[in-house]
Amino acid sequence: MGDKNNGVVIVGAGHAGGTAAALLRQYGYEHPITLIGDEPIAPYQRPPLSKAWLKGEADAQSLMLKPESFYAEAAIDLILGTKVARLDRESKIVELADGRSIPYEYLILAMGARARTLPIPGAELAGVMCLRSAADAETLKAALGPGRRLAVIGGGYIGLEAAASARALGAEAVVLEREPRILARVACQVLSDFFTNYHRAKGVDFEVSAMVEGFEGVDGHVTGVRLGDGRTIPCDAALVGVGAPPNDELAREAGLQCENGIVVDEHARTADPAVFAIGDVSWRPMPRFDRMFRLESVANALEQARQVTSVITGRTPPPHEVTWNWSDQYDLKYQFAGLPFDADDIIIRGDPGTARFAVFHLKGDILEAVEAVNAPAEFMAGRQLIGQRKPISRARLADATVSMKEVAA
Amino acid sequence: MAKITYIEHSGSEHVIDVKSGLSVMEGAVKNNIPGIDADCGGACACATCHVYVDEAWVDKAGTKSAMEESMLDFAENVADNSRLSCQIKVTDALDGLIVRMPESQH
Repeated sequence: MGDKNNGVVIVGAGHAGGTAAALLRQYGYEHPITLIGDEPIAPYQRPPLSKAWLKGEADAQSLMLKPESFYAEAAIDLILGTKVARLDRESKIVELADGRSIPYEYLILAMGARARTLPIPGAELAGVMCLRSAADAETLKAALGPGRRLAVIGGGYIGLEAAASARALGAEAVVLEREPRILARVACQVLSDFFTNYHRAKGVDFEVSAMVEGFEGVDGHVTGVRLGDGRTIPCDAALVGVGAPPNDELAREAGLQCENGIVVDEHARTADPAVFAIGDVSWRPMPRFDRMFRLESVANALEQARQVTSVITGRTPPPHEVTWNWSDQYDLKYQFAGLPFDADDIIIRGDPGTARFAVFHLKGDILEAVEAVNAPAEFMAGRQLIGQRKPISRARLADATVSMKEVAA
Repeated sequence: MAKITYIEHSGSEHVIDVKSGLSVMEGAVKNNIPGIDADCGGACACATCHVYVDEAWVDKAGTKSAMEESMLDFAENVADNSRLSCQIKVTDALDGLIVRMPESQH
């Protein structure tokens, strides 16, 4: 098909794009690779921005996917701080905002997602922030410390991790959630209750069913969050963590089919055989769950990076993985796998009161998802059982004295 | 600083100087050595940085935490000298360390 000398162009230099570039070289790809990012720094890991990095336990260098010297050594043309203006699929050219045009044989779209903003009064005040990039994280970190108060809008993972890190840095934190419970979109009631109680014991306040109407400020800086019931929650900084829509505009303008993200097949290929989409920006098949979905996780980004780079280099793509993710809050390691779309029952193993337990989501005797707190065996065994679709004994699963090895046997 | 030999399942050897303070996993990933995926970036959350520590180095590589032990229990092709390389901190005492990689991390 295309001209090999044009090589691979990757739009988006995040975890997905950076990994795809590195894997192409690992897999022996010898043609040009161009990696284009709109941030000013080379690909880095985002997960620590709300966890270890925010608490000061990881430095900027340790966030980098590869050392800066890697890209030149691996002959990867890394173009940073540059936006892409247009994708020309007819001519197989990526047009940059600075006027340059880069031809491709294969195009990998890895533009990720962006933090959703709230179109409410005061959103433009200084101190109202989001957390997506390293620059965002610097801003947030500077706002935290003893005597400061952080209001988190949105009780999702980002918000809870930021609240935990704020407490570790000596700041006060209050979480404002629109739904009647935190983590409503992503975890079950048992987990919502557990995390609410755990954070409360660490000094975090919660307001659920809270409608945020606006931000109040003095001299251009936020001083509080105004709620629908007329109260104002005072704060020195407000972190908005209410989801992240996909950056799929370039693909839409180029006529690629998009739903909630760019539609791809099970090897992350779009309907255009020269174009792939990976990571948070893709709307992808979930073979284990018989549906399409958008996953926002590093595991998803890496799985699709492996698929695409395998296809391009003529390797057999690796088998599909059961989706999984993790969150670190205080001394809690929360790991979850699968998705409870079709589950009709839950089994709790262990005691949430001990901060070491797991919630299994089942459809009949088949495991669909697991949520594990400080319970790595439950997570690992659960992930395998979800993939195997093997009927399991519910009684043994519920009995914490029966090892997960025996449950999985 | 420690000189670490990473041996891929295919037998390909990579000898790398790794700075003290990094993990054995980071030494591989930062140098783009195939065979260690480390999907979670070192949070001990995924078990995709599994290695076999050369028998002569098992003691010096330290002991496994309960967390690491549980994660490894469910990895593929685990042996007595299996470790998660994100949990082995590089020190001068590990100069000469040899680790071998499994066929697959997934």
